[in-house]
Amino acid sequence: MGSISLKQVTKSFGPVDVIKPIDLEIEDGEFVVFVGPSGCGKSTLLRLIAGLEDVTSGHIEIDGNDATTIPPAKRGLAMVFQSYALYPHMSVRKNIAFPLKMAKVDQAEIDRKVDDAARVLNLSDYIDRRPGQLSGGQRQRVAIGRAIVREPAAFLFDEPLSNLDAALRGNMRLEISELHQTLKTTMIYVTHDQVEAMTMADKIVVLRDGIIEQVGSPIELYKNPRNLFVAEFIGSPKMNIIKGAAAEALGAPTIGVRPEHIEVSKTKPKADGAWKGTVGVSEHLGSDTFLHMDAEGVGTINVRADGEIELRHGDTAWLSPQVSKIHRFDAAGMAA
Amino acid sequence: MATQNSRSAARLMLAPAVILLLGWMLVPLTMTLWFSFRKYLPLRGGDQGWVGFDNYVRFVSSSSFWPSVQTTLIIVGGVLVITVVFGILLALLLDQPMWGQGIVRILVIAPFFVMPTVSALVWKNIFMDPVNGLFAHLWKFFGATPIEWLSQASVQSIIMIVSWQWLPFATLILLTAVQSLDGEQLEASEMDGAKPLQRFGYIILPHLARAITIVVLIQTIFLLSIFAEIFVTTGGAFGTKTLSYLIFQRVLESQNIGLGSAGGIYAVILANIVAIFLMRIVGKNLDA
Ligand SMILES: Nc1ncnc2c1ncn2[C@@H]1O[C@H](COP(=O)(O)OP(=O)(O)OP(=O)(O)O)[C@@H](O)[C@H]1O
Ligand SMILES: [Mg+2]
Repeated sequence: MGSISLKQVTKSFGPVDVIKPIDLEIEDGEFVVFVGPSGCGKSTLLRLIAGLEDVTSGHIEIDGNDATTIPPAKRGLAMVFQSYALYPHMSVRKNIAFPLKMAKVDQAEIDRKVDDAARVLNLSDYIDRRPGQLSGGQRQRVAIGRAIVREPAAFLFDEPLSNLDAALRGNMRLEISELHQTLKTTMIYVTHDQVEAMTMADKIVVLRDGIIEQVGSPIELYKNPRNLFVAEFIGSPKMNIIKGAAAEALGAPTIGVRPEHIEVSKTKPKADGAWKGTVGVSEHLGSDTFLHMDAEGVGTINVRADGEIELRHGDTAWLSPQVSKIHRFDAAGMAA
Repeated sequence: MATQNSRSAARLMLAPAVILLLGWMLVPLTMTLWFSFRKYLPLRGGDQGWVGFDNYVRFVSSSSFWPSVQTTLIIVGGVLVITVVFGILLALLLDQPMWGQGIVRILVIAPFFVMPTVSALVWKNIFMDPVNGLFAHLWKFFGATPIEWLSQASVQSIIMIVSWQWLPFATLILLTAVQSLDGEQLEASEMDGAKPLQRFGYIILPHLARAITIVVLIQTIFLLSIFAEIFVTTGGAFGTKTLSYLIFQRVLESQNIGLGSAGGIYAVILANIVAIFLMRIVGKNLDA
């Protein structure tokens, strides 16, 4: 069981309010991702839930019980740190066994659980090594192993993949998702990588300056961002934001169009409303081409076009945004 | 220093220092060895030629020899235990955020800058004096008979004085080690359910192992040859005669350079035995 709810939680470090009052419900078994720019308070929020920081005001409930003043060890949560925080002088086996040993589980039981975890995480071959003799990905798995043997009510991950290279990150992302499928335990995952957020989450919480900007499933956030900040933050490449006359023509002071919702043609289309532009940089990725266009009267527009499109620097092309996929925002930046 | 070129250059640059150091060590050692095989009584006939192992045999068969080895080991061991234990406690304490941290740290380091002779005199006269010392007053305040520290508890007194001098060193080294501990490890162990004492035993202490090794090794080297503290306080009486003090007495009080030199060689051997012994126990912490 691992439902967590935050009620009007705040946190200040001296005069600085890092977390403004936050309300959040996390259902049992959910995979929740906190995203947001650096310094927005993601780690702080996670540490509040873990109990590593005291809340300044408000309440944290775990499974319906007030856990605000319960010490970290008693909350039944396990955390995987960004630096992994493995114990360097203990072997992999001892690292994974540590929480069980602290809980005075008997040795036979510890051995069985550690062996199980090591098998699930493909660590059996390294079980007697020290963390210093492991690669980044292996260390990551040891940290996860140390978390799963405790059978926690929820896992807390703080940017667990940020120290890994791109390929490994992709692998570990899958492994963590699979782990979630198997264990069906609540997971709270902090990242500033929005690919991780989009691919792993059941529910994304977008934070900015200690405030929740929006909570929703990845697709919800992608389709209906509540404001400009979320619109720009979710989706890669970033949404194009257009202001001024070109926006007014489409019915709002500010509009947003995702790069994948713009059609490019080399000839002027019959329908009205196409923007004429010049190709600046074009990035050919094989499957896609990212075009950075300078559109007349609109500004710089990024477009995601077909991989085989034949457009080079300086070419002229017409851009037609898909009208139904345009996001309109009022003057205050809220979705209209 | 990867390439052949830079390596030989490095060797060339290091050579003067190495040669100087070798000379520095080898010349006195060779002279000591030389004298230890001669009968040399400066005031009673001077250098009287080779005597083989006579000096060695006489030095060991003297009734003061084994007690002095024992005293040396007790003092070194006692000071090591006290400085390491209190050094760890102080380091943990000083690592806590507190008001006036900088000044407190300087104060803790201060005893290290006091010369051994001076600090021994201060202890002897201000603290341990059986009539006017602070301890005497303290004892009297509680209605107890003051202890005559330097005669009744002489070895303990010297251990106390020397520990006071070396505690700052141990604290300093251990403090830097405590500060280098990754805070996330402590947090992780806290989440894993380790209580404060367990966090100390399983996380902090192993992390400090290397620093403790260094403290033990360096202090042993210096403690084996403490002299001023004994000279100033008990003058070697009341069972405080260490090996180095015995050698001093043989050379200067009995004016027997040959015998003293033989003692010196024994001291070198003892130091090496202790060093090997320590390396065995704690040295493995250094290559991890
Ligand atoms: N112990 C502390 N004392 C004072 N300020 C702190 C402390 N910890 C964090 N902060 C401040 O709180 C804010 C949020 O920090 P936090 O670590 O939660 O950011 P984050 O969202 O995790 O950022 P990142 O993505 O860079 O990890 C930052 O402005 C930071 O400077
Ligand atoms: Mg962070």
